[in-house]
Amino acid sequence: MAILIDEDSRVVVQGITGREGRFHALRNRDYGTKIVAGTRPGKGGEEVESIPIFNTVKEAIDETGANVALTFVPPAFAREAVLEAAYADCQLIVCITEGIPAKDEAEMYNLIKNNTKSKLLGPNCPGLISPGKSNVGIMPHEITLPGGVGVISRSGTLTYQAVHELTQLDIGQSTCIGIGGDPVPGMSFIDVLKDFQEDDETNAIVMIGEIGGTAEEEAAEYIKDNITKPVVSYIAGVTAPPGKKMGHAGAIVSGNKGTAKAKMEALEEANVLVVSNPTKIGKAVKEVM
Amino acid sequence: MDLFEYQGKSLYAKYDIAHPNSFLVNKIEDLEQSFDLNYPVVVKAQVLVGGRGKAGGIKLANNIEELNMYANKILGMDIKGHTVERILVEEASEIKEEYYLSFTLDRSAKKYLMMLSAKGGMDIEAVADENPDDLTMIHIDPSKGLDEDVVIEAILNSNLNQDYQPELAEIITRLFKLFVDGDCDLVEVNPLAVTGSGVMALDSKVSLDMNAKYRHEDFDQIEKEIPIPPSEKLAKEKGLNFIKLDGSVGIIGNGAGLVMSTLDVVAEFGGSAANFLDIGGGAKAETVSAALEVLETDDSVSSVFINIFGGITRCDLVAQGIVEATKGKDLKWQIVIRLDGTNATEGLKILRDNPNEKIIIAETMNQAAELAVKGNN
Repeated sequence: MAILIDEDSRVVVQGITGREGRFHALRNRDYGTKIVAGTRPGKGGEEVESIPIFNTVKEAIDETGANVALTFVPPAFAREAVLEAAYADCQLIVCITEGIPAKDEAEMYNLIKNNTKSKLLGPNCPGLISPGKSNVGIMPHEITLPGGVGVISRSGTLTYQAVHELTQLDIGQSTCIGIGGDPVPGMSFIDVLKDFQEDDETNAIVMIGEIGGTAEEEAAEYIKDNITKPVVSYIAGVTAPPGKKMGHAGAIVSGNKGTAKAKMEALEEANVLVVSNPTKIGKAVKEVM
Repeated sequence: MDLFEYQGKSLYAKYDIAHPNSFLVNKIEDLEQSFDLNYPVVVKAQVLVGGRGKAGGIKLANNIEELNMYANKILGMDIKGHTVERILVEEASEIKEEYYLSFTLDRSAKKYLMMLSAKGGMDIEAVADENPDDLTMIHIDPSKGLDEDVVIEAILNSNLNQDYQPELAEIITRLFKLFVDGDCDLVEVNPLAVTGSGVMALDSKVSLDMNAKYRHEDFDQIEKEIPIPPSEKLAKEKGLNFIKLDGSVGIIGNGAGLVMSTLDVVAEFGGSAANFLDIGGGAKAETVSAALEVLETDDSVSSVFINIFGGITRCDLVAQGIVEATKGKDLKWQIVIRLDGTNATEGLKILRDNPNEKIIIAETMNQAAELAVKGNN
């Protein structure tokens, strides 16, 4: 098992004719991911390296049995694209697009939650990979290794760093998930923690957070009451000055809220092993497993 | 992006939100032009920092002489490290009641949050801490919007003067429209006042979501009026994500999380970062040259740490950029480089084939941080 995606996931790529969409669709297919369709309004009937293109997600699902959408649509059209996939009953929508206005994110999150059963991962995320099974996103699969550690992160490159540290020590991963660095992410740490707790193949969890918001504090509360598997955590931004958006739209310390220190303390209180530096993640996992 | 008060008020004008008549002064000569304001007027320093009143940045002038005197005093004044480059001259209001109102996004609820209080004109965080019951907090589902009934109930629950209920409801509704249609991260009015000339927004604290720039023609001009350090300006022109910090180790990395983490690791080895610079995903050789160019404009940098974990970004292209940008140049500082991930082997080969005594290759992130901090002393 793995969570959310496995070898049976059937993926439709929204925006497959764009530079990024095409590149990652083909790269993920080479890895073994079932990329069954792409969409681009007005280009239905065409193909990208024998992947059929449809005008709508609905048609792609009807024709190919796709159940996961991977979205590379530019920010101005991303809200409509994600909602289209949700209303077409895609089980999981992975939105890679960076730079979507917060208002569009807040609207689409609530519309999906109120009206559909779809799960949304992202936006502004690297997607997810179940090593050896399926890669739905932009993570470099070369650094992954199949195994039993679940990885969740708000940052793309830090996820890679963490996975790299694990793989270097021969510790494999069940699923690696980037929930994204924006203010209104679809799936939260808690949603993913819950899935990892229920997954038989996952026996330890690495959670990488960063400054801004209170998602890590909420996750700490959840871990305390619900997670029996060992958790290792790292929080980026200990030295970030207040009031500045550190690259990610969501990474900002407001007043005394959202600091790395508060997050680390909350996690430690939940018996999470918190490391001070991402290069220590591998060793820490070895210690708790 | 946080706006000056006068910029927030120009957005008030756009959304028909009542606010005092005012006149913006960029230089003292502007006061020689005729302007149509009734005395007394308030002279307000335009700075992006709180506490300007206590610092002497807000004065009441009863006539043109006093106005000139205060304008001279406040223009150019330093308030907590911010130089006052503009003042807003505004008709003083006869204040009967002062309230507080704000709209923001509550990230944990994933909904908009309206906060309303009868205790306006003071520090709202203190109100929230000491008398939380005096602050009405209402979540608004972004997919549904704000109902008039909800606004009226909030006015009732907050014990605002009910004689002004219709006017209050109207201005609150318009402020919400500004928050949503204007793509604001924050709209805060403190005080929202009942005055001799009706209900008005006397102050403005507005922050814009720059991701929405593509659908707002005025964001570009607003952005231009906000001062940023020269290095940040150059970075913006080059499309780099750069923030000036106080230390001396220049940082270049790919991905916001990794760069943030790089600052932390540098601190762990006793150093302090001069900046945050994210070259983003898929960076090319030109991007890396541009990043080095930005650091060159910053005199506080005394060593540089380039930290790359290739995903979409290819390490060979980054290495190519470093070689091109530094070839034949007398480098001001030592550069420590750490490359991992996509095409790292190829990237390291490029660096070794083009040796430069000022460039050091580190095996790990920790080693690189240590070397960069050492090279800094």
